[in-house]
Amino acid sequence: MNPIAESPITAGVNSPMLPHPHRVKRVRRETDDTFTLELEPLNGAGTRLYTPGQFNMLYVFGVGEVPVSISGDPTQAGLLVHTTRAVGTVTKAMVKLKRGDVLGVRGPFGSHWPVEESAGSDVVIVAGGIGLAPLRPVLFSVLANREAYGKVVLLYGTRTPADILFRRDLEAWRARFDLDVFVTVDRAMGGWRGNVGVVTTLIHRAPFDPLNSVAMVCGPEVMMRFTVKELNKRGIDFDSIHVSMERNMKCAIGFCGHCQYGPTFICKDGPVFRYDRIKPYFEGREI
Amino acid sequence: MPPIPGNAKIPKASLEGIFASLRAAGYTLVGPTVRDGAIVYDEISSPSDLPVGWTDEQDGGRYRLKKRKDNAFFGFVVGPHSWKQFLHVPALRLWQAKRNGNGFRATDEPLAAPKVAFLGVRSCEIHAMGIQDKVLLQGQYVDPAYKARRENIFILAVNCGQAGGTCFCASMNTGPKATSGFDLALTEIIDGDRHYFLVEVGTEAGAAVLEGVSSTQATEKERSEADRVVSRAASQMGRKLETEGIKELLYRNYEHPRWDDVAARCLTCANCTMVCPTCFCTTVEDVTDLTGEHAERWRKWDSCFTMDFSYIHGGSIRSTPRARYRQWMTHKLATWIDQFGTSGCVGCGRCITWCPVGIDITEEVRAIRQSERVPTTSTGKDEHGDP
Amino acid sequence: METLEPILAEHPFFARLEDRHLKLLVGCAANVRFDAGQYIFRGGEEANQFYLIRHGRVAVEIYAAERGSITILTLGEGEILGWSWLLPPYHWQFDARAVELTRAIALDGVCLRKKCEEDHDLGYELLKRFAHIIEDRLEATILQLLNVYEPHR
Repeated sequence: MNPIAESPITAGVNSPMLPHPHRVKRVRRETDDTFTLELEPLNGAGTRLYTPGQFNMLYVFGVGEVPVSISGDPTQAGLLVHTTRAVGTVTKAMVKLKRGDVLGVRGPFGSHWPVEESAGSDVVIVAGGIGLAPLRPVLFSVLANREAYGKVVLLYGTRTPADILFRRDLEAWRARFDLDVFVTVDRAMGGWRGNVGVVTTLIHRAPFDPLNSVAMVCGPEVMMRFTVKELNKRGIDFDSIHVSMERNMKCAIGFCGHCQYGPTFICKDGPVFRYDRIKPYFEGREI
Repeated sequence: MPPIPGNAKIPKASLEGIFASLRAAGYTLVGPTVRDGAIVYDEISSPSDLPVGWTDEQDGGRYRLKKRKDNAFFGFVVGPHSWKQFLHVPALRLWQAKRNGNGFRATDEPLAAPKVAFLGVRSCEIHAMGIQDKVLLQGQYVDPAYKARRENIFILAVNCGQAGGTCFCASMNTGPKATSGFDLALTEIIDGDRHYFLVEVGTEAGAAVLEGVSSTQATEKERSEADRVVSRAASQMGRKLETEGIKELLYRNYEHPRWDDVAARCLTCANCTMVCPTCFCTTVEDVTDLTGEHAERWRKWDSCFTMDFSYIHGGSIRSTPRARYRQWMTHKLATWIDQFGTSGCVGCGRCITWCPVGIDITEEVRAIRQSERVPTTSTGKDEHGDP
Repeated sequence: METLEPILAEHPFFARLEDRHLKLLVGCAANVRFDAGQYIFRGGEEANQFYLIRHGRVAVEIYAAERGSITILTLGEGEILGWSWLLPPYHWQFDARAVELTRAIALDGVCLRKKCEEDHDLGYELLKRFAHIIEDRLEATILQLLNVYEPHR
């Protein structure tokens, strides 16, 4: 094989709109509509470094491209892990991919969770549904450097026990002595012996010092709104709360204009925002 | 090099010489010409292709051509076209890809960088290009297609001798006189029998083109005549926009009832975004052929007025016309300032002229400003019923 | 036997109550315990007490014929269970089941209702506190109803 003739990108302009082929190593079904893709670059090239909270644009040949959160461990090079729901044309095509299939990747894009900046504080992570995916890299990063942080708490809510993501990770985290994990579901049938109720109900009992905490919240917008309210009620200032926003995205490089949110572009000023900076837009409607 | 103050004068006949100079330098000539009852920008070959003796009458939702009493080459303002269609093109193939044994191979589209001379560019349009430069060239990413085209154009500017019915460049500080960003700038003067141009040189490329044409030193009288032309245009502005504190004004009025008022009129037809010289939103289309072996990615103009624009799983964030009009106007006049450091509006008036229902952006701003200045009523409550 | 007064006094729900009111409540309080799986009350029964959970976990359930019992909420340590004792017709609307071994303080609703009628100040203080709980539950329920994780299912 001639590496140059077979190389996937022609030398030249290297436009930021050109996808880089990656091979599917694994497609893992997490729940009935959520799946995780593990990708590695072709020809043994290295993966681009990313920080927790960032996303890639994933392209299915001939179908389309969508933004997907990176949900893996940023301290492990070589593999790109993404988790998303199969709800549209592209993601439904993605979930059908098999090991060895090739996907296009552009990225990483966007702002990141304040992992390093939280050193010395308690870390409160509140995830709703698929929102746990972009927050999982935070947990990996924090736990890789545990002594730098105070208390670390994960509050995770989802629809039913069958929708719980990353069960194995949750169980491993729960087994640790230096991390508190609380899980709740919106509703459950007979066998569930855990919490039932929205994730905001976990906040008032969670062990953290509100005056020295950094909160990172991700989930459906309405869930984030109520969560931010509860966290603030408990004493965390708005400038210590960070949320991850989502809007329609086409280019991810600040040109197509679709992801505008007030004066920000979610692809480059976000998706992670410090809450006090976007509060007026968050509280508005149809912004 | 800084523009040399207009001290060169050329007779109208020399316009042909400028065209020839540009052609000899390898430029395709694009300029205003009459077509389908409007003045549009298209490829032209000689000064006689220009809208000689034509002017335009513009108002909210109205555009008509009218014959002038003289034979001015540039006696009109701006029409439905802007120069953005040549720089930030409406449809662009970004790359092509083919399936192969290793999945697929994507090939960047070679960059087109045609040498084009823009003839008759107005000051507001130069500012519009500068504004798009900030968006597409001066951010974290550079748009290579835009850059390649932008670097290969020649700008022959024309200082407006009259203002259009919907013009408000004076309010936006973008005209009527072109002060920079051009290779050559002309001011057309018709004074009785005399019909000539005053020429300012903006760049060396402009100087080189002028060299191919005979010019003379302009007299004091001719120079002040040119100034008079420009100040006459400045005083005739069809519209006015008060820009003082406009960003804060719009930021604090996201829930103003005026948005409901304009929403009742707005058809969300997207005309304003198509004619606006600074609107830059695009969409990306991934297509494939019938065999599924060959795929392409295209970039096309898009508009924030469409329902799809803000669609995410299950619905559009801005589903109402109210939200979409508000997005366009607050982006153009307010959030643009925070994003790129300037207003997004150059006061060309196209959005007013080409709106089928004549929505006037200057009027909408005025209405919101006015409502903040209304004094309290005799009951001690203001118009909103608050004390 | 130790008095329950210090336990009640420390609980945020009873904070800022006057001494005499606290003593009244203590007079109506008793320790109770429920084994895992045991029903604390069932929908339709007379509501004659409310509970301050000290340890364990309680599931509030609705029985929906063909779907069986659905847990709509769980309550744990430090939380208050039951407000139907306060308002006529004084009947439980839902079932409550101990998910695991649960210890609680039961407050006698019949006794308290009488005392609230006699001392309106006590009545107002309790009503304010329960209104808060109902408000919180309502908000949480709305969020659950919205089905936020699956908006287009």
